[in-house]
Amino acid sequence: MELILFILFGAIAVGGAIMVVTRRHPMASALYLILTLFAVAALFALRQAHFLAAIQVIVYAGAVVVLFIFVIMLVNVPENKLPMERVTGMRLLGVVAAGLLILESAVLARKFAMPAGSTADAGSVQAVGRALFTDYLLAFEITSVLLLSAVIGAIALAKKKI
Amino acid sequence: MNPLFDIAVAVARVAVFFAFVFGLVVVMTWVERKGAAYIQDRRGPNRARILGLTLGGVFHPLADALKFLFKEDFIPDGAHRLFYQLAPMFALAPAIMTMAVVPFGPPVTIAGKTIALQIADLNVGILYLFAVSGMAVYGVVLAGWSSNSKYPLLGGLRSSAQMISYEVSMGLSVMGILMVFQSVRLSEIALGQGELLYGILPKWGVFVQPLGFVLFLTALYAEANRTPFDLPEGESELVAGYHLEYASFKFSMFMMAEYIHMVVGAAVVSTLFFGGWQFPYLADKGFAFPGGISVAVPAAAVLILRIGSFVGKTLFFCWLYVWVRWTVPRFRYDQVMRLGWKVMLPLSLLNIFVTGLVLLFIDKGGF
Amino acid sequence: MTIGVKKVARPEQMSFGESLYLLEIMKGLAVTMGHFLHNIAHNKEIPTIEYPEVRRTMPARFRGCHRLMKRPDGSPRCVACYMCATACPAKCITIVAGESPDPAVEKYPVRFDIDMLRCVFCGQCVEACPCDAIRMDTGWHTPPEDTREKLIYMIDKLLEK
Ligand code: SF4
Ligand code: SF4
Repeated sequence: MELILFILFGAIAVGGAIMVVTRRHPMASALYLILTLFAVAALFALRQAHFLAAIQVIVYAGAVVVLFIFVIMLVNVPENKLPMERVTGMRLLGVVAAGLLILESAVLARKFAMPAGSTADAGSVQAVGRALFTDYLLAFEITSVLLLSAVIGAIALAKKKI
Repeated sequence: MNPLFDIAVAVARVAVFFAFVFGLVVVMTWVERKGAAYIQDRRGPNRARILGLTLGGVFHPLADALKFLFKEDFIPDGAHRLFYQLAPMFALAPAIMTMAVVPFGPPVTIAGKTIALQIADLNVGILYLFAVSGMAVYGVVLAGWSSNSKYPLLGGLRSSAQMISYEVSMGLSVMGILMVFQSVRLSEIALGQGELLYGILPKWGVFVQPLGFVLFLTALYAEANRTPFDLPEGESELVAGYHLEYASFKFSMFMMAEYIHMVVGAAVVSTLFFGGWQFPYLADKGFAFPGGISVAVPAAAVLILRIGSFVGKTLFFCWLYVWVRWTVPRFRYDQVMRLGWKVMLPLSLLNIFVTGLVLLFIDKGGF
Repeated sequence: MTIGVKKVARPEQMSFGESLYLLEIMKGLAVTMGHFLHNIAHNKEIPTIEYPEVRRTMPARFRGCHRLMKRPDGSPRCVACYMCATACPAKCITIVAGESPDPAVEKYPVRFDIDMLRCVFCGQCVEACPCDAIRMDTGWHTPPEDTREKLIYMIDKLLEK
C-alpha cells in the first residue's frame, strides 16, 4: 500500500515538475508547481513527517507560489506575446544537468539507505522542534540571521529614506 | 473490528458534518440578509413563497440556488477559458477541505469502539487547517487574473496580498494556544479546555489567551474577506472585485466558499478559544460547580449538551460575522496593511513571548 | 426608530481608548444590536413600504407617464399644434398631423410618439398644450421593457391610459 502511494505521488511530483518547465504559459507552470509541491508534501506524509508536510504546503504552496502568481499577474504578458522558446544549447545543458542530478541521487540513495518505516514520532512537531533547537541549533540560527538580513535588505530597497 | 463498521462510521461522520456545514451555509445566506435588514431598519427578503407561505423569507436561499442553476453560464470573451473555469473549483475545494479537522463533540463509545466525533483527527491538526485555508487564495487570484478585466485583477491582487499578510499573524496568534495546551491537535486542545482555571473559570482559550483571541478573530475576518476587511470585493471601488466576471453557478461557488470559510472559521474559533464541545462545569459524570456542588447528569444528556454547546458557540460566531459586517465600515487598503504588519504581527509575537515567559517561570507545565 | 440629528464631537486627536478601536467597535456593536432587537420586537414600526401591494400616495403634482386626453366621442383631444413638441427640451415628441374628418376640428395627430427613454419628465409639454390634451397624471413610473422600441410610446398606448 505504501509503495503504491509512493509510486503514485512520486510520479505526480516528477510529472508536475516536467510540466512546470515545459508549459508555455507561466500561470500553467505555477499551477503545476503547486501540484508538485502537494505531491512532495504527500511523500513527506507517507514518511510520517506530517509536520513537514503541513509546513511544506503552508510555506511553499500557500505563500511562495502565491508570490510567483502575484508577479505573473502584475506583469500579465498577453498570450500572443509570450516568447517562443526553441531547443537551445542552454536547454540541452539543462537536460544534462538533470541527468547528473538523477545519477547523483541514485548513488546517494545506495549509500545512505533510508531507515525502513520511521516511527510515527520522528515527524511530529515536538520531535522536529527538539531537533531544531538542540542538534541543529547553529544551522537554525544562521538561517534565521540570513533571513533577517534579507528582510532588512528588502526594507532598505523599498524605503526611500529610512 | 469489522471494517464495514469503520467505513460506515467514516461515511457517517463526513455526512453529518457536511450536512451541518452546508445547512449552516444556506441558513447563513438568509441570516445575513435578514440580519442586515433588521439592523438597518428594513424588512429584508420576504417575497419568495411556497404555497402562499413566506415565513420571513426563509425560502430565499432556495430561490437563489434555483436562480443560480438556471442562469446563463457565461464566459467573457477575453478570459482565459481553462483558468477561468478552474478558479471556482480552486476556491471551493479548500473551503470544503477545512472542515475535516474540527471536532464537533467528545469521543463516544459505540459497540465497544471509541469514535471521535471529528472527520479526521490529524496529528498536525491546526497546521492542516492553515495549509488548506492558505490554498483558498488561489481561487481568488486565478479568478481575478483569468477574467481579463481590470477590476477583478485589482481585487485578486489585493486579496492575495491581504491573505498572505494576515496568514502570518493568524498562524502566530494561535501559537500561544498551542503552547498552553501543548498540542496542535484540535481534539486535544478541546479536551484540555475542560479543566478549571484556579477552580473557578473554565480553562477556555479566551481566558488564558485574551490577546491571542482578539488577534485570531481579526485575522480570521481578514482571511475570510469579511467586512471590515472585504477590500477584495469592495463594491464601491472595484464593482465586485475578483468574481465580477462570474455568473451563474460559478459565482455561487465563490459565494459558497466564502460562507463555508465563515462557518468553519466560527467552528475553529469556538474550538480553540471557547472550549469547543466543552460545556462550562460539565464533566463526564455531570455538573461540578466550583464550591463542591455537583449535579449528576446521564451520559446521553452530557453528550447532547456538549454537541449542543459546540453548535451554539458556532452559531454565535456565525452571527458575529453578520453583526460585525453591518456595524464596522470597510478599512482603506493602506490601513489594512498597516494593521496587519505593524500592529497584529508585533502583538502576536509579543503574545508568544509573554506566554512563553509565563509558562516557563510562573507555571511550569501548563496553567 | 425616530431619526434625529445628533451632534458628534470630532476631536483632532483620538483618545487612547478610541485608538484601540476594540472598545469603539464594541460600542458600535451595541448600537446595531439595539436596532436589531428593536426592529424584531416592533416589527410593525419598520418604515419599509411593501411596494407593489402598498403604494406611497403620489403627490398631486407628481409627473409620471404621459397620457393623451380624449373627447367625449373618443377621438383624441390633441389638435396637432406641435406646441408640446416645440417646448420639449429633450426633443422626444414626434407628431405627424393629418386632416381631421370632423369638420369642427381642423387637424388631428396621425402619429404621436413619445420616446420615454429620452423624456426628462420636465412637464413642459403639459404646460405648453393649449387644449389640455396631454397630461402626466397617471402616477406611473416608466415600467421597464426588454427592447428600446417598446419604450417609444405610440398614440394608442398614450390614449389608453
Ligand atoms: S415631459 Fe418634458 S421631456 Fe418629456 S415629453 Fe414632455 S416636454 Fe418632453
Ligand atoms: S400641444 Fe397639445 S394639442 Fe398641441 S400637439 Fe401637443 S398634445 Fe397636441
